[in-house]
Amino acid sequence: MIRHLLSGADLDAGTATEILDTAAEMAAVAGREVKKLPALRGRTVVNLFYEDSTRTRISFEAAAKRLSADVINFSAKGSSVAKGESLKDTALTLQAMGADAVVVRHSASGAPHRLADWVDGSVVNAGDGTHEHPTQALLDAYTMRSRLGRLAGLSVAVVGDVLHSRVARSNVLLLSTLGAKVTLVGPPTLIPVDIAAALAPGTAVCYDLDAVLPSVDVVMMLRVQRERMNDSYFPSAREYARRYGLDGARMRRLPEHAIVMHPGPMNRGMEITPEVADSPRSTIVEQVANGVSVRMAVLYLLLGGNNR
Amino acid sequence: MNSYLIRNVSVLGAAPTDLLLRDGVVAEAGPGLSAPDASVVDADGLVALPGLVDLHTHLREPGREDAETVETGSRAAALGGYTAVCAMANTSPVADTAGVVEQVWRLGREAGLVDVQPIGAVTVGLAGERLAELGAMADSAARVRIFSDDGHCVADPKLMRRALEYVKAFDGIIAQHAEEPRLTEGAQMHEGEVSTRLGLTGWPAVAEEAIIARDVLLAEHVGSRLHVCHVSTAGSVEVLRHAKARGVRVTAEVTPHHLLLTDSRAESYDPVFKVNPPLRTAADIAALRAALVDGVIDIVATDHAPHAVEDKECEWAYARPGMLGLETALSIALDVLGPEWDLIAERMSRTPARIAGLTEHGHDPAPGAPANLTLVDPAARRLIDPAESASRSRNTPYARMTLPGRIVATFLRGEATVLDGKAVK
Repeated sequence: MIRHLLSGADLDAGTATEILDTAAEMAAVAGREVKKLPALRGRTVVNLFYEDSTRTRISFEAAAKRLSADVINFSAKGSSVAKGESLKDTALTLQAMGADAVVVRHSASGAPHRLADWVDGSVVNAGDGTHEHPTQALLDAYTMRSRLGRLAGLSVAVVGDVLHSRVARSNVLLLSTLGAKVTLVGPPTLIPVDIAAALAPGTAVCYDLDAVLPSVDVVMMLRVQRERMNDSYFPSAREYARRYGLDGARMRRLPEHAIVMHPGPMNRGMEITPEVADSPRSTIVEQVANGVSVRMAVLYLLLGGNNR
Repeated sequence: MNSYLIRNVSVLGAAPTDLLLRDGVVAEAGPGLSAPDASVVDADGLVALPGLVDLHTHLREPGREDAETVETGSRAAALGGYTAVCAMANTSPVADTAGVVEQVWRLGREAGLVDVQPIGAVTVGLAGERLAELGAMADSAARVRIFSDDGHCVADPKLMRRALEYVKAFDGIIAQHAEEPRLTEGAQMHEGEVSTRLGLTGWPAVAEEAIIARDVLLAEHVGSRLHVCHVSTAGSVEVLRHAKARGVRVTAEVTPHHLLLTDSRAESYDPVFKVNPPLRTAADIAALRAALVDGVIDIVATDHAPHAVEDKECEWAYARPGMLGLETALSIALDVLGPEWDLIAERMSRTPARIAGLTEHGHDPAPGAPANLTLVDPAARRLIDPAESASRSRNTPYARMTLPGRIVATFLRGEATVLDGKAVK
C-alpha cells in the first residue's frame, strides 16, 4: 500500500480497486446497529483544515471515528495558524504529538506534498487549492461502480470549471487509470488546452454539452465558484447556465441508465437545476454517504489496518 | 598595494603564461616573468578571465539584511569570479532617490570585494505611476546609468516611453522586467502542461513576449537604449532577433537558471524552484542557449535573489520568487557552453561591462588593462552544498548537483578578493 494519498496519480488500478473493494466492506458496517470497527484503535488521525469545508471534514471525522481512531480537529480558525504559524512549524507540532495520519485541506496547491516532507505519518490530501482532491475521485468512482456495475468502458462527462477544479483533476487521473473514458466539457476559457497531455492522454475535450449528452453513462457537474463570474471566463451566470447548465430538458437527452453527479456544494440554478439535482438519476446524496466508506477504506489501508 | 605574479596561467584558453599584477593594473604578461617582491600564485591548469560583471544582482540592503547584505552578496560575487555587480533597486526603501543609491554605492566601497554599481528605480517606489528622480541618481556619487523597476514591469506604455526618452540626456538605459501584469495575476509558474497538472496558476510566455515586442517598438520610436532583463522564452528570442535585425538599440540577458532548469522542477512543490519569470520548457532552454551563442541574447546575468529561509520553506504560492546565482553562474555557463572562454568572457564580462558603462571592467588580462580578473579551474567539479554559500541565504536551486569549474582566485584592481577558492575578507 502507498504511504500518502496526495494525488489520483498515486493510485494504480490495483490499489484503487483495493480501496473501492474495502470501501464496500466498510459500507456494510454502516448498515449495522453499531457502526464501529476497532481497526485503528490507539491511532491518531489529525484533520488539518486550512479552508472551511464542513462536509469534507465531518466525512473524514466520521470515517476515522468509525474505525476507532482518536481524532483531533485542527482548524485554521482559533488555532496558532491564525496567528501566522508556518505550515512547517504546524507539521513539526503534529509530528511531536504523534499523528499517525494527517488529513489536510489547504487553499494552496501542493501544500500536502510539502507536509509529507515534514511528517512521518501518512498524509491524505483532502483538497489542495486548484490541484487535487483524490478521495473525492475515489468516492465518485465508488458511486459510479455501485450504480452502473463497472468502471472500465464507462463514458464520463465532467462539465464546468475544469481549470480551477481539484475534483476534475483527480477524477480524470483516477477514471483513466480504471479504464473509463473522460470527456471534459465547458467553455474554452475554463479548460486548459493541454489538459489531456498533462493528465491522461485519452481524455477528450468538447465545448458543446448537448453534443456529448446522448452518449454518456455519467455526467458530473462541477461547481462554478462565484469569483469566476467577474473575471471574464464567461459573460454572465445566465449565459453559463444556458450553455453549460444541466436542466430537465438536457437530462432527458441522456441515455436511460445515465446518472448525474455533483461533488457539492451545488449552485442550484447555475450549473444544475433543482429538477435535475432532486431527480432519481442524481447520486448527490449517495456520494456523501459513500464518502465516509471510501475515507474509512483509505485510512484503514494507509495506516496498515490490513496488516494487523 | 600588493603585487601578484600569476604563474602558468592560460589567458582565455591560450598557451600558459605569467601575469604580473601591480599598482592595480596588469603590469606585464609573458612567460618566465620575475618579480621578487610579488606574491606568487601558482596557476597551473587555471584559466584567466576578465573579472565577471553581473548586470542583475539583488543585494537586499537596505531592508532585508536578514537575507543578504551588500557585504555578503559582494563576497558571494567575488567567490563566483565577479569584480562588478549591478545592484537592483527593489530594496526597502526602494533605490529611487540619490540618497539610497549613494548608500548602496558606499556600502559596496566599504565591503571592497567587488565594485557595486547601484541601479536606480524607474518609478517612485516601483509603483509604476510617476518617474523617480532619474537625473538626480545619475548625477549622484553612484553615477547611476541603469534604471529598472525589476520585480515589477513598467507596464504603462506612456510612462515607459517617457523613461526611455528621458534617460537619453545622460546616456542611461532602461532595464525592463517584461511581464504584462494583467496576464500574470496570481501566476505561480510557467503556463503549460506542468502547471495544468499541478494546479498552479500559469505565467504565460506571451506575457513576456508582448511587453518585449511593445518595448522594442517604443525604443525604436524614440531612439533609446533598452535592456531586457531575464529573457525566458523562445518567443522572446524571436522578437529580439527581429528587433536587432531592424537596428533597434536593444540588449538582452538570460539567467543561468533559465539556461538549465525546466518547469518540471515545480513538481516537487519546493519553492526553491519558484522564480520570476518562471522556469520554462526544454524547448525554451534550447532557444535561449542558441540565442546566447549567436548573440541575440547579449549577456548572462544572474538575477541573484537571496531569500530568508522562512520565505522559501512554505507553501509554493506563499513563497517569494528568486534563486541564488552569483556563486554558480560560471559553472552553469561552462556546463551549457563548454570551455568557450572567449564567448564566456564576451557574455559574462565584456558586454555587460559595456552595457553598464563600467569602463574599468570587461578587459582581457593584458599589459595596461585594469587588474580585474578571475582564475578558473575548469577541470574541477564541485558538489553544490547550500550551507557552504557565502550568501546569507540558502536558496540555491543547484543543491546536490555536481557542476563543472571552480573559481580559484579573483582580483579587483590588482588586490586579491579570493585566493585558494576562499574570500580573503
